[in-house]
Amino acid sequence: MVPTDRKYTREHDWVLIEDGVATLGITDHAQSELGDIVYVELPEVDSEINLGESYTTVESVKAASPVNSPVAGTVIEVNEELDAQPELLNEDAFGQFIAKIKVTEIDEASLLTAEEYEKLLEEA
Amino acid sequence: MRQSYKLIFERSREGRRAYDLPALDVPAANCAIPENMRAESKLDLPELGEVDLVRHYTNLSRRNFGVDNGFYPLGSCTMKYNPKINEEVAQLFNDVHPLLDADMCQGSLRLMYDMEKCLCEICGMDAFTLQPAAGAHGELTGLMHIRAYHEHRGDTARTTIIVPDAAHGTNPASAVMCGFKVKEIKSAPDGGVDLDALRAAVGPDTAGLMLTNPSTLGLFERNIKEIADIVHEAGGLLYYDGANLNAIMGIVRPGDMGFDVMHVNLHKTFSTPHGGGGPGSGPVGVKKHLMPFMPVPVLVERNGMIELDYDRPESFGRVKSFYGNFGVIVKAYAYIRSLGGKGLREASENAVLNANYIMNALRGTYEIPHDRICMHECVIAPGELLDLGVHTTDIAKALIDRGYHPPTIYFPLIVHEAMMIEPTETESRETLDEFIEAMKDIAREAKENPAAVHACPVTTPVGRPDEVTAARKPVVRYTK
Repeated sequence: MVPTDRKYTREHDWVLIEDGVATLGITDHAQSELGDIVYVELPEVDSEINLGESYTTVESVKAASPVNSPVAGTVIEVNEELDAQPELLNEDAFGQFIAKIKVTEIDEASLLTAEEYEKLLEEA
Repeated sequence: MRQSYKLIFERSREGRRAYDLPALDVPAANCAIPENMRAESKLDLPELGEVDLVRHYTNLSRRNFGVDNGFYPLGSCTMKYNPKINEEVAQLFNDVHPLLDADMCQGSLRLMYDMEKCLCEICGMDAFTLQPAAGAHGELTGLMHIRAYHEHRGDTARTTIIVPDAAHGTNPASAVMCGFKVKEIKSAPDGGVDLDALRAAVGPDTAGLMLTNPSTLGLFERNIKEIADIVHEAGGLLYYDGANLNAIMGIVRPGDMGFDVMHVNLHKTFSTPHGGGGPGSGPVGVKKHLMPFMPVPVLVERNGMIELDYDRPESFGRVKSFYGNFGVIVKAYAYIRSLGGKGLREASENAVLNANYIMNALRGTYEIPHDRICMHECVIAPGELLDLGVHTTDIAKALIDRGYHPPTIYFPLIVHEAMMIEPTETESRETLDEFIEAMKDIAREAKENPAAVHACPVTTPVGRPDEVTAARKPVVRYTK
């Protein structure tokens, strides 16, 4: 079961949009595919992110994976706890955000509902 | 039996020395370091006798594994055998100093000039610079040509380099290092460039596209002509990552495929040592329209003499002190001249044949995610072994116990649990057969006794280091 309060991408990211601010993270499936996460390269607060642009790189023992943003805007907050404890993403992917972005544009077409995302997981 | 490999610090005993000097018979010079510049704590250096010191490093060196020890099928790295004649030839140049005047070292300069011409012929380019010190440095240098080209025309809007998701990780890194933005495009199901995705990605901001052909899946990019047209029509340039050149020497040339700029890795394709045995060398080739921007000095021939030309007003300057890793260039030149045109073509043909031989022999035992004739390397995956909990990393570790350097694993990223095997051209059929048998043996063992595969390697001083803790909480300094 994935949380129904938010939306998802086909690349296994979650996004929660409230009052023009998008909270971004990766899904439980994403962390499980990546394996033990050893480093999260957080974006800088105030940096501008374009639609579809990579806003963070999540590094596991297998690979470093860029994560693309389904929204455009300005980074207003990052989850600094991930700096010292990247394993938090493995432990609770849905409870840990990576960054919050003040949104100027959303790629609505790329977003899936919780139901659609679960279906995607079943098909894979 | 597992030998114990203590750290050199653990062998240390206070007061032991590997040298014995007589007492000073002259007054000691006063060269005390000023108080404020002294280290606050003592250097904690290991203290050992000479024999213990020698044994420590000799035993470590015996654990080393190189292509002179055994089969080393590290995909995308072309760990080909380095002919010993290369070393002999390089020694002839030991006494040449880079500060000699050009007229005092015409032999060395002529060799470099000829080397540039050889690379132009092999790659279909108009000019080469030998300066870049290795592959990634070559990428950066090549991209600097692209940037200079657009800037020179006043087209400053071209800020984006397009990189397929199957690319080597160095490609986007080099582009960012050169000040570009990176736009990643997805691969088509066959692993090649998705033409529609490329069409959608190009525009007035496109500076260029970086590509390897064959691709990182070891497959020839069949649409290269269309790809070149799409990028060129959008006003961008095409960059060729020479990592996989070993598949195509004497058969097809990047310059003829439409590439404007490229690098080659002498330490891969042209048989010079790499890994711990480097340094590397990453010459960059360009088409005519990029020649004005090449790094200085440029080698030119005037009245039968080779000169170093610094008078290139549009050049973006030097990228390396002196003239590149000269010793490496000599070794690669020896290789090219030993094999000749026919020999290089034969090398590529055998590299491709060997990779296909392995791929076909492993079909049925392992999964082949993109099953068609491969080039110089093949990508396989564990397939049904995954259901038994046996992963790519386990197969790699099991290969170590069987005397092989593992292939590249978990790359390319677009293949789940990838193993990329590049045998190179010099391996005999017997070596390939033994490796294939080892791979089948691992698959057999994985089915009969997966625990045994999970326990590998058992023949090394350290079995499975804790990679997660090492990456999360690295200890990089010895303290008591």
